[in-house]
Amino acid sequence: MAKPTFAMYWAASCGGCEISLLNVGELILDVDAAFDVVFWPCVADFKYQDVEGYPDGFIDLCLFNGAIRNSENEELAHLLRRKSKTLVAFGSCAYEGCAPGLANLTTNAATMRTVYTDSLTTDETRGNLPQPVSQVPEGEISIPVLYETVRSLDQVVPVDYIIPGCPPEARQIAAVLRAVLNGMPLPAPGGTIIGAGNVALCEECPLAKNVKQITRFYRPYEIVPDPGICLLEQGLVCMGPATRSGCGALCPQVGMRCEGCYGPLDGQDQGARMLAAVASVVAAGGSHLDEHAQAREIAAVMDTLVDPAGTFYRFSLAHSLLRRARVADSSA
Amino acid sequence: MENEFQPIIVGFLCNWCSYRAADLAGTARVHYAPTMRPIRVMCTARVEPEFVLKALREGADGVLIAGCHPGECHYVEGNIKALRRFTLLKAMLRQFGVEEERVQLVWAAASEGKQLAEAVDRMTEQLRALGPLRWRQRVLGEQPVARHALEVEVGG
Ligand code: SF4
Ligand code: SF4
Ligand code: FES
Repeated sequence: MAKPTFAMYWAASCGGCEISLLNVGELILDVDAAFDVVFWPCVADFKYQDVEGYPDGFIDLCLFNGAIRNSENEELAHLLRRKSKTLVAFGSCAYEGCAPGLANLTTNAATMRTVYTDSLTTDETRGNLPQPVSQVPEGEISIPVLYETVRSLDQVVPVDYIIPGCPPEARQIAAVLRAVLNGMPLPAPGGTIIGAGNVALCEECPLAKNVKQITRFYRPYEIVPDPGICLLEQGLVCMGPATRSGCGALCPQVGMRCEGCYGPLDGQDQGARMLAAVASVVAAGGSHLDEHAQAREIAAVMDTLVDPAGTFYRFSLAHSLLRRARVADSSA
Repeated sequence: MENEFQPIIVGFLCNWCSYRAADLAGTARVHYAPTMRPIRVMCTARVEPEFVLKALREGADGVLIAGCHPGECHYVEGNIKALRRFTLLKAMLRQFGVEEERVQLVWAAASEGKQLAEAVDRMTEQLRALGPLRWRQRVLGEQPVARHALEVEVGG
Protein backbone atom coordinates (compact mmCIF):
# COMPACT_ATOMS: atom_id res chain seq x y z
CA MET A 1 0.00 0.00 0.00
CA ALA A 2 1.24 3.45 -0.81
CA LYS A 3 2.41 5.53 2.12
CA PRO A 4 0.29 8.45 3.32
CA THR A 5 1.44 11.81 1.97
CA PHE A 6 2.77 14.79 3.92
CA ALA A 7 3.18 18.47 3.09
CA MET A 8 4.38 21.52 4.96
CA TYR A 9 4.10 25.07 3.71
CA TRP A 10 5.09 28.51 4.95
CA ALA A 11 3.11 31.61 4.15
CA ALA A 12 3.78 34.88 6.06
CA SER A 13 6.00 33.47 8.76
CA CYS A 14 9.55 33.57 10.10
CA GLY A 15 10.53 29.97 9.43
CA GLY A 16 10.59 29.11 13.13
CA CYS A 17 7.73 26.65 12.74
CA GLU A 18 9.77 24.60 10.28
CA ILE A 19 12.60 24.47 12.81
CA SER A 20 10.19 23.54 15.58
CA LEU A 21 9.11 20.52 13.59
CA LEU A 22 12.73 19.38 13.43
CA ASN A 23 12.91 19.90 17.20
CA VAL A 24 10.97 16.67 17.65
CA GLY A 25 14.36 15.01 17.24
CA GLU A 26 14.63 11.46 15.98
CA LEU A 27 10.88 11.18 15.67
CA ILE A 28 11.28 13.07 12.42
CA LEU A 29 12.87 9.90 10.99
CA ASP A 30 9.67 8.00 11.76
CA VAL A 31 7.69 10.73 10.05
CA ASP A 32 9.95 10.39 7.04
CA ALA A 33 9.60 6.62 7.08
CA ALA A 34 5.84 6.67 7.47
CA PHE A 35 4.99 9.44 5.03
CA ASP A 36 5.80 10.34 1.49
CA VAL A 37 6.79 14.01 1.47
CA VAL A 38 5.03 15.53 -1.52
CA PHE A 39 5.51 19.25 -0.86
CA TRP A 40 7.79 21.07 1.59
CA PRO A 41 9.51 24.11 0.09
CA CYS A 42 11.77 24.58 3.13
CA VAL A 43 13.51 21.24 2.72
CA ALA A 44 12.90 19.95 -0.79
CA ASP A 45 12.52 21.37 -4.25
CA PHE A 46 8.85 21.06 -5.12
CA LYS A 47 7.11 23.55 -7.39
CA TYR A 48 3.62 24.93 -7.04
CA GLN A 49 2.84 23.26 -10.37
CA ASP A 50 3.58 19.88 -8.79
CA VAL A 51 0.87 20.52 -6.21
CA GLU A 52 -1.55 21.76 -8.86
CA GLY A 53 -1.01 18.45 -10.65
CA TYR A 54 -2.03 16.34 -7.64
CA PRO A 55 -5.61 15.08 -7.49
CA ASP A 56 -7.85 16.84 -4.94
CA GLY A 57 -7.42 15.40 -1.45
CA PHE A 58 -4.11 13.83 -2.45
CA ILE A 59 -2.20 15.17 0.58
CA ASP A 60 -3.11 13.26 3.73
CA LEU A 61 -1.55 15.67 6.22
CA CYS A 62 -0.65 19.28 5.46
CA LEU A 63 0.95 21.49 8.11
CA PHE A 64 0.39 25.08 7.06
CA ASN A 65 2.33 27.73 8.91
CA GLY A 66 2.28 31.45 8.32
CA ALA A 67 -0.40 34.11 8.06
CA ILE A 68 -2.20 35.21 4.91
CA ARG A 69 -0.68 38.52 3.98
CA ASN A 70 -0.41 38.57 0.21
CA SER A 71 -1.99 37.09 -2.88
CA GLU A 72 0.52 34.23 -3.02
CA ASN A 73 -0.27 33.20 0.56
CA GLU A 74 -3.97 33.25 -0.26
CA GLU A 75 -3.58 31.27 -3.47
CA LEU A 76 -1.59 28.58 -1.70
CA ALA A 77 -4.11 28.45 1.14
CA HIS A 78 -6.87 27.65 -1.35
CA LEU A 79 -4.70 25.26 -3.33
CA LEU A 80 -3.52 23.32 -0.27
CA ARG A 81 -7.01 23.21 1.19
CA ARG A 82 -8.24 21.62 -2.00
CA LYS A 83 -5.39 19.15 -2.20
CA SER A 84 -5.35 18.15 1.49
CA LYS A 85 -7.48 15.71 3.42
CA THR A 86 -6.34 17.16 6.74
CA LEU A 87 -5.22 20.78 6.85
CA VAL A 88 -3.56 21.94 10.06
CA ALA A 89 -3.00 25.59 10.97
CA PHE A 90 0.43 25.07 12.43
CA GLY A 91 1.70 27.73 14.82
CA SER A 92 0.50 31.15 15.83
CA CYS A 93 0.81 32.88 12.42
CA ALA A 94 -1.53 30.47 10.66
CA TYR A 95 -3.78 30.25 13.73
CA GLU A 96 -4.14 33.92 14.63
CA GLY A 97 -1.84 36.16 12.58
CA CYS A 98 0.98 36.37 15.16
CA ALA A 99 3.68 39.01 14.67
CA PRO A 100 2.82 39.65 10.99
CA GLY A 101 -0.72 40.41 12.18
CA LEU A 102 0.55 43.38 14.17
CA ALA A 103 0.75 45.16 10.83
CA ASN A 104 -3.02 45.44 11.24
CA LEU A 105 -2.39 48.27 13.69
CA THR A 106 -1.22 50.45 10.83
CA THR A 107 -1.39 50.81 7.04
CA ASN A 108 0.58 49.11 4.31
CA ALA A 109 1.92 52.47 3.24
CA ALA A 110 3.30 53.12 6.72
CA THR A 111 4.77 49.62 6.93
CA MET A 112 6.50 50.06 3.57
CA ARG A 113 7.84 53.45 4.63
CA THR A 114 9.29 51.98 7.81
CA VAL A 115 10.94 49.10 6.02
CA TYR A 116 12.17 50.78 2.84
CA THR A 117 12.68 54.41 3.81
CA ASP A 118 12.66 55.29 7.50
CA SER A 119 14.61 52.41 9.00
CA LEU A 120 18.04 53.52 10.15
CA THR A 121 19.84 50.80 8.26
CA THR A 122 18.19 51.57 4.94
CA ASP A 123 19.90 53.69 2.33
CA GLU A 124 16.82 55.74 1.55
CA THR A 125 18.57 57.77 -1.13
CA ARG A 126 18.07 54.84 -3.48
CA GLY A 127 14.31 55.11 -3.04
CA ASN A 128 13.92 51.42 -3.74
CA LEU A 129 10.39 50.24 -3.20
CA PRO A 130 9.18 46.87 -4.37
CA GLN A 131 7.48 47.30 -7.73
CA PRO A 132 4.38 45.23 -8.42
CA VAL A 133 5.47 44.73 -12.03
CA SER A 134 9.01 45.02 -13.49
CA GLN A 135 10.41 44.77 -16.99
CA VAL A 136 13.43 42.52 -17.37
CA PRO A 137 15.21 41.29 -20.51
CA GLU A 138 13.24 38.05 -20.33
CA GLY A 139 9.92 39.89 -20.20
CA GLU A 140 7.57 41.13 -17.53
CA ILE A 141 7.65 39.80 -13.98
CA SER A 142 5.33 40.58 -11.11
CA ILE A 143 5.38 40.04 -7.37
CA PRO A 144 2.43 39.06 -5.16
CA VAL A 145 0.09 41.82 -3.99
CA LEU A 146 0.49 42.81 -0.35
CA TYR A 147 -2.89 43.00 1.41
CA GLU A 148 -3.88 45.83 3.71
CA THR A 149 -5.12 43.38 6.34
CA VAL A 150 -3.27 40.29 7.55
CA ARG A 151 -5.56 37.29 8.05
CA SER A 152 -5.32 33.95 9.76
CA LEU A 153 -5.59 30.76 7.72
CA ASP A 154 -9.09 29.98 9.02
CA GLN A 155 -10.31 33.38 7.85
CA VAL A 156 -9.50 32.28 4.31
CA VAL A 157 -10.24 28.55 4.16
CA PRO A 158 -11.71 26.05 6.64
CA VAL A 159 -9.02 24.30 8.71
CA ASP A 160 -9.33 20.93 10.38
CA TYR A 161 -6.96 21.40 13.30
CA ILE A 162 -4.99 24.14 14.96
CA ILE A 163 -1.68 23.62 16.74
CA PRO A 164 -0.95 26.83 18.65
CA GLY A 165 2.39 28.25 19.72
CA CYS A 166 5.15 30.51 18.46
CA PRO A 167 6.51 28.09 17.63
CA PRO A 168 4.60 25.03 18.86
CA GLU A 169 6.47 23.12 21.56
CA ALA A 170 8.36 20.07 20.26
CA ARG A 171 6.81 17.89 22.97
CA GLN A 172 3.32 18.88 21.81
CA ILE A 173 4.12 18.38 18.12
CA ALA A 174 5.61 14.99 18.90
CA ALA A 175 2.47 13.93 20.75
CA VAL A 176 0.31 14.86 17.77
CA LEU A 177 2.66 13.18 15.28
CA ARG A 178 2.78 10.02 17.37
CA ALA A 179 -0.99 9.93 17.49
CA VAL A 180 -1.16 10.28 13.71
CA LEU A 181 1.61 7.73 13.13
CA ASN A 182 -0.07 5.19 15.41
CA GLY A 183 -3.41 5.72 13.73
CA MET A 184 -4.97 6.93 16.94
CA PRO A 185 -8.22 8.84 16.51
CA LEU A 186 -7.87 12.64 16.72
CA PRO A 187 -10.69 14.76 18.10
CA ALA A 188 -13.39 15.72 15.59
CA PRO A 189 -12.00 18.17 13.02
CA GLY A 190 -13.36 21.69 12.48
CA GLY A 191 -10.86 24.29 13.69
CA THR A 192 -10.13 22.04 16.67
CA ILE A 193 -7.20 22.94 18.91
CA ILE A 194 -4.77 20.09 19.43
CA GLY A 195 -1.35 19.96 21.05
CA ALA A 196 -2.21 22.40 23.84
CA GLY A 197 -4.01 22.65 27.16
CA ASN A 198 -7.44 23.93 27.98
CA VAL A 199 -6.80 26.15 30.98
CA ALA A 200 -4.96 29.44 31.48
CA LEU A 201 -1.17 29.30 31.53
CA CYS A 202 -1.12 30.52 35.16
CA GLU A 203 -2.50 27.13 36.17
CA GLU A 204 0.59 25.35 34.95
CA CYS A 205 2.97 28.05 36.10
CA PRO A 206 4.76 27.11 39.33
CA LEU A 207 5.58 30.69 40.37
CA ALA A 208 4.08 31.73 43.71
CA LYS A 209 0.97 33.88 43.53
CA ASN A 210 0.43 36.09 46.53
CA VAL A 211 -2.47 38.19 45.20
CA LYS A 212 -0.33 41.26 45.57
CA GLN A 213 -1.38 44.49 43.86
CA ILE A 214 0.95 46.81 42.02
CA THR A 215 1.33 50.54 41.48
CA ARG A 216 3.25 50.61 38.22
CA PHE A 217 4.26 48.43 35.27
CA TYR A 218 7.74 47.62 34.06
CA ARG A 219 9.05 46.61 30.68
CA PRO A 220 11.18 43.47 30.74
CA TYR A 221 14.49 45.34 30.55
CA GLU A 222 13.65 47.65 33.43
CA ILE A 223 13.80 45.19 36.32
CA VAL A 224 15.27 41.86 37.26
CA PRO A 225 12.33 40.00 38.75
CA ASP A 226 12.58 38.08 42.01
CA PRO A 227 12.74 34.38 41.19
CA GLY A 228 9.89 32.15 42.23
CA ILE A 229 7.27 34.92 42.39
CA CYS A 230 4.51 35.64 39.87
CA LEU A 231 5.79 38.19 37.37
CA LEU A 232 2.50 40.01 36.98
CA GLU A 233 2.56 40.75 40.70
CA GLN A 234 5.98 42.31 40.17
CA GLY A 235 4.68 44.69 37.52
CA LEU A 236 5.66 42.75 34.41
CA VAL A 237 2.79 42.34 31.95
CA CYS A 238 2.83 38.54 31.97
CA MET A 239 0.13 37.25 29.61
CA GLY A 240 -0.40 34.06 31.64
CA PRO A 241 -3.96 34.85 32.78
CA ALA A 242 -5.17 35.30 29.18
CA THR A 243 -3.10 32.62 27.45
CA ARG A 244 -3.79 28.96 26.74
CA SER A 245 -1.62 26.49 28.60
CA GLY A 246 0.42 23.86 26.81
CA CYS A 247 4.01 25.06 26.75
CA GLY A 248 4.62 24.22 30.41
CA ALA A 249 5.00 27.90 31.35
CA LEU A 250 8.48 27.98 29.88
CA CYS A 251 9.00 31.74 29.89
CA PRO A 252 7.87 32.76 33.40
CA GLN A 253 10.01 30.01 34.90
CA VAL A 254 13.12 31.71 33.58
CA GLY A 255 12.01 35.19 34.60
CA MET A 256 10.61 36.24 31.24
CA ARG A 257 6.97 37.30 31.13
CA CYS A 258 4.70 35.15 28.96
CA GLU A 259 4.12 37.05 25.76
CA GLY A 260 0.99 35.02 24.98
CA CYS A 261 2.16 32.86 22.10
CA TYR A 262 -0.31 30.02 22.70
CA GLY A 263 -3.16 32.42 22.06
CA PRO A 264 -6.47 32.82 23.90
CA LEU A 265 -8.62 30.15 25.49
CA ASP A 266 -11.72 28.93 23.65
CA GLY A 267 -14.11 31.73 22.79
CA GLN A 268 -12.02 34.44 24.41
CA ASP A 269 -10.43 37.60 23.11
CA GLN A 270 -6.90 37.49 24.44
CA GLY A 271 -6.35 41.24 24.60
CA ALA A 272 -9.66 41.95 26.30
CA ARG A 273 -9.07 39.21 28.85
CA MET A 274 -5.58 40.45 29.57
CA LEU A 275 -6.82 43.99 29.92
CA ALA A 276 -9.30 42.84 32.57
CA ALA A 277 -6.62 40.79 34.35
CA VAL A 278 -4.20 43.68 34.36
CA ALA A 279 -6.81 46.10 35.67
CA SER A 280 -7.47 43.81 38.60
CA VAL A 281 -3.87 43.82 39.83
CA VAL A 282 -3.64 47.60 39.87
CA ALA A 283 -3.96 49.15 43.32
CA ALA A 284 -4.68 52.74 42.30
CA GLY A 285 -7.88 54.68 42.94
CA GLY A 286 -8.61 53.84 46.59
CA SER A 287 -11.89 54.96 48.14
CA HIS A 288 -10.15 57.56 50.34
CA LEU A 289 -9.76 59.73 47.21
CA ASP A 290 -12.37 61.93 45.56
CA GLU A 291 -13.67 61.06 42.09
CA HIS A 292 -11.18 63.18 40.19
CA ALA A 293 -8.17 62.08 42.21
CA GLN A 294 -9.22 58.47 41.69
CA ALA A 295 -9.38 58.89 37.94
CA ARG A 296 -6.03 60.69 37.90
CA GLU A 297 -4.25 58.11 40.01
CA ILE A 298 -5.55 55.24 37.90
CA ALA A 299 -4.60 57.00 34.68
CA ALA A 300 -1.07 57.56 36.00
CA VAL A 301 -0.58 53.85 36.68
CA MET A 302 -2.05 52.77 33.34
CA ASP A 303 0.26 55.22 31.58
CA THR A 304 3.21 53.10 32.68
CA LEU A 305 1.89 50.25 30.52
CA VAL A 306 3.50 51.03 27.20
CA ASP A 307 1.73 49.90 24.03
CA PRO A 308 -1.26 48.00 25.44
CA ALA A 309 -2.57 46.89 22.02
CA GLY A 310 0.79 45.56 20.89
CA THR A 311 1.37 43.84 24.22
CA PHE A 312 -2.05 42.27 24.70
CA TYR A 313 -2.45 41.24 21.05
CA ARG A 314 1.16 40.45 20.16
CA PHE A 315 0.02 37.14 18.71
CA SER A 316 -3.72 37.26 18.28
CA LEU A 317 -4.57 40.64 16.77
CA ALA A 318 -5.66 39.37 13.34
CA HIS A 319 -7.93 36.81 15.01
CA SER A 320 -9.31 39.13 17.71
CA LEU A 321 -12.70 40.78 17.99
CA LEU A 322 -11.62 43.96 16.21
CA ARG A 323 -8.99 42.30 13.99
CA ARG A 324 -7.35 45.52 12.90
CA ALA A 325 -7.10 49.22 13.64
CA ARG A 326 -9.21 51.79 11.94
CA VAL A 327 -6.99 54.08 9.95
CA ALA A 328 -7.66 57.22 7.96
CA ASP A 329 -7.25 55.53 4.59
CA SER A 330 -8.78 52.27 5.81
CA SER A 331 -9.90 50.25 2.85
CA ALA A 332 -9.24 46.90 4.55
CA MET B 1 -27.66 62.21 4.72
CA GLU B 2 -24.83 62.70 7.16
CA ASN B 3 -26.66 65.33 9.30
CA GLU B 4 -29.55 62.97 9.90
CA PHE B 5 -27.21 60.31 11.22
CA GLN B 6 -28.76 58.67 14.28
CA PRO B 7 -25.93 56.99 16.18
CA ILE B 8 -26.41 53.70 17.99
CA ILE B 9 -25.18 53.76 21.57
CA VAL B 10 -25.03 50.49 23.47
CA GLY B 11 -25.56 51.40 27.12
CA PHE B 12 -24.45 49.11 29.92
CA LEU B 13 -26.40 50.35 32.93
CA CYS B 14 -25.89 49.26 36.50
CA ASN B 15 -29.02 47.72 37.98
CA TRP B 16 -28.72 49.62 41.27
CA CYS B 17 -28.38 53.14 39.99
CA SER B 18 -28.12 54.07 36.34
CA TYR B 19 -30.74 51.63 35.12
CA ARG B 20 -33.11 53.19 37.65
CA ALA B 21 -31.94 56.61 36.54
CA ALA B 22 -32.98 55.68 33.00
CA ASP B 23 -36.31 54.46 34.36
CA LEU B 24 -36.75 57.73 36.21
CA ALA B 25 -35.92 59.73 33.09
CA GLY B 26 -38.67 57.75 31.37
CA THR B 27 -41.37 58.16 34.02
CA ALA B 28 -40.47 61.84 34.42
CA ARG B 29 -40.86 62.17 30.63
CA VAL B 30 -37.43 63.73 30.21
CA HIS B 31 -36.86 64.31 26.51
CA TYR B 32 -33.56 62.95 25.27
CA ALA B 33 -32.06 61.38 22.19
CA PRO B 34 -33.51 57.92 21.42
CA THR B 35 -30.06 56.60 20.59
CA MET B 36 -29.24 54.37 23.54
CA ARG B 37 -29.97 50.65 23.63
CA PRO B 38 -29.85 49.92 27.35
CA ILE B 39 -28.53 46.64 28.70
CA ARG B 40 -28.95 46.05 32.41
CA VAL B 41 -25.95 44.66 34.27
CA MET B 42 -25.62 43.97 37.97
CA CYS B 43 -22.65 46.30 38.35
CA THR B 44 -20.29 48.22 36.08
CA ALA B 45 -17.67 45.63 37.07
CA ARG B 46 -19.74 43.10 35.12
CA VAL B 47 -18.92 44.92 31.88
CA GLU B 48 -16.04 42.94 30.49
CA PRO B 49 -13.84 44.64 27.91
CA GLU B 50 -15.04 41.95 25.50
CA PHE B 51 -18.60 43.33 25.71
CA VAL B 52 -17.40 46.74 24.60
CA LEU B 53 -15.26 45.44 21.74
CA LYS B 54 -18.07 43.22 20.56
CA ALA B 55 -20.58 46.07 20.61
CA LEU B 56 -18.21 48.22 18.57
CA ARG B 57 -17.58 45.44 16.08
CA GLU B 58 -21.22 44.53 15.67
CA GLY B 59 -22.45 47.96 14.73
CA ALA B 60 -22.50 50.29 17.73
CA ASP B 61 -21.20 53.79 17.10
CA GLY B 62 -20.46 54.21 20.79
CA VAL B 63 -20.67 52.46 24.15
CA LEU B 64 -21.84 54.11 27.34
CA ILE B 65 -21.14 52.47 30.69
CA ALA B 66 -23.06 54.00 33.56
CA GLY B 67 -22.88 53.08 37.22
CA CYS B 68 -22.97 54.17 40.82
CA HIS B 69 -20.80 57.03 42.07
CA PRO B 70 -17.57 55.96 43.75
CA GLY B 71 -18.34 54.98 47.32
CA GLU B 72 -21.89 53.95 46.40
CA CYS B 73 -21.30 50.72 44.47
CA HIS B 74 -23.49 47.90 45.74
CA TYR B 75 -20.44 45.66 45.65
CA VAL B 76 -18.21 48.21 47.38
CA GLU B 77 -15.53 48.75 44.73
CA GLY B 78 -16.96 47.29 41.52
CA ASN B 79 -17.13 50.70 39.95
CA ILE B 80 -13.47 51.40 40.74
CA LYS B 81 -12.56 48.12 39.06
CA ALA B 82 -14.63 49.26 36.10
CA LEU B 83 -12.80 52.58 36.07
CA ARG B 84 -9.42 50.80 36.00
CA ARG B 85 -10.47 48.66 33.08
CA PHE B 86 -12.06 51.54 31.29
CA THR B 87 -8.97 53.74 31.63
CA LEU B 88 -6.76 51.09 30.07
CA LEU B 89 -9.37 50.17 27.48
CA LYS B 90 -9.50 53.77 26.30
CA ALA B 91 -5.73 53.86 25.88
CA MET B 92 -5.86 50.64 23.91
CA LEU B 93 -8.77 51.72 21.73
CA ARG B 94 -6.85 54.84 20.79
CA GLN B 95 -4.32 52.51 19.16
CA PHE B 96 -7.20 50.91 17.27
CA GLY B 97 -8.18 54.30 15.89
CA VAL B 98 -11.35 54.51 18.00
CA GLU B 99 -11.94 58.06 19.19
CA GLU B 100 -12.11 58.70 22.90
CA GLU B 101 -15.73 59.92 22.76
CA ARG B 102 -16.98 56.60 21.47
CA VAL B 103 -16.56 54.79 24.78
CA GLN B 104 -17.62 56.66 27.90
CA LEU B 105 -18.03 55.89 31.58
CA VAL B 106 -20.37 58.04 33.66
CA TRP B 107 -21.69 57.87 37.19
CA ALA B 108 -25.44 58.34 37.56
CA ALA B 109 -27.27 57.60 40.81
CA ALA B 110 -30.85 56.30 40.83
CA SER B 111 -32.10 59.84 41.38
CA GLU B 112 -30.08 61.31 38.51
CA GLY B 113 -32.39 60.58 35.60
CA LYS B 114 -31.80 64.01 34.18
CA GLN B 115 -28.02 63.67 34.38
CA LEU B 116 -28.13 60.36 32.58
CA ALA B 117 -30.36 61.81 29.88
CA GLU B 118 -27.91 64.67 29.48
CA ALA B 119 -25.02 62.24 29.17
CA VAL B 120 -26.86 60.42 26.38
CA ASP B 121 -27.67 63.71 24.63
CA ARG B 122 -24.08 64.89 24.92
CA MET B 123 -22.68 61.61 23.64
CA THR B 124 -25.17 61.54 20.78
CA GLU B 125 -23.98 64.96 19.65
CA GLN B 126 -20.35 63.89 19.91
CA LEU B 127 -21.03 60.76 17.87
CA ARG B 128 -22.94 62.75 15.27
CA ALA B 129 -19.87 64.93 14.86
CA LEU B 130 -17.63 61.87 14.53
CA GLY B 131 -19.90 60.04 12.12
CA PRO B 132 -20.75 56.34 11.98
CA LEU B 133 -18.27 53.68 13.03
CA ARG B 134 -19.64 50.61 11.19
CA TRP B 135 -16.69 48.47 12.06
CA ARG B 136 -17.46 45.40 9.95
CA GLN B 137 -18.29 47.40 6.91
CA ARG B 138 -15.82 50.25 7.00
CA VAL B 139 -12.87 48.73 8.81
CA LEU B 140 -13.12 45.05 7.96
CA GLY B 141 -14.56 45.68 4.52
CA GLU B 142 -17.52 43.37 4.98
CA GLN B 143 -20.99 43.85 3.57
CA PRO B 144 -23.36 46.04 5.59
CA VAL B 145 -25.45 43.09 6.79
CA ALA B 146 -24.49 43.41 10.42
CA ARG B 147 -25.73 46.95 10.81
CA HIS B 148 -29.04 46.33 9.11
CA ALA B 149 -29.57 43.31 11.31
CA LEU B 150 -28.78 45.37 14.37
CA GLU B 151 -31.21 48.10 13.36
CA VAL B 152 -34.01 45.65 12.80
CA GLU B 153 -33.29 43.75 16.00
CA VAL B 154 -32.87 46.53 18.48
CA GLY B 155 -33.80 49.73 16.74
CA GLY B 156 -37.17 48.77 15.33
S1 SF4 C 1 0.89 35.81 35.49
FE1 SF4 C 1 2.68 34.81 34.55
S2 SF4 C 1 4.15 34.54 36.24
FE2 SF4 C 1 2.16 34.94 37.16
S3 SF4 C 1 1.28 32.90 37.53
FE3 SF4 C 1 0.53 33.59 35.52
S4 SF4 C 1 1.99 32.74 34.06
FE4 SF4 C 1 2.97 32.62 36.08
S1 SF4 D 1 5.20 31.09 28.40
FE1 SF4 D 1 3.84 32.18 26.96
S2 SF4 D 1 5.20 33.12 25.43
FE2 SF4 D 1 6.39 31.53 26.55
S3 SF4 D 1 6.17 29.67 25.26
FE3 SF4 D 1 4.54 29.63 26.84
S4 SF4 D 1 2.74 30.58 25.86
FE4 SF4 D 1 4.56 31.11 24.63
S1 FES E 1 -23.39 48.31 41.82
FE1 FES E 1 -23.58 50.08 40.56
S2 FES E 1 -21.56 50.23 39.80
FE2 FES E 1 -21.34 48.56 41.17
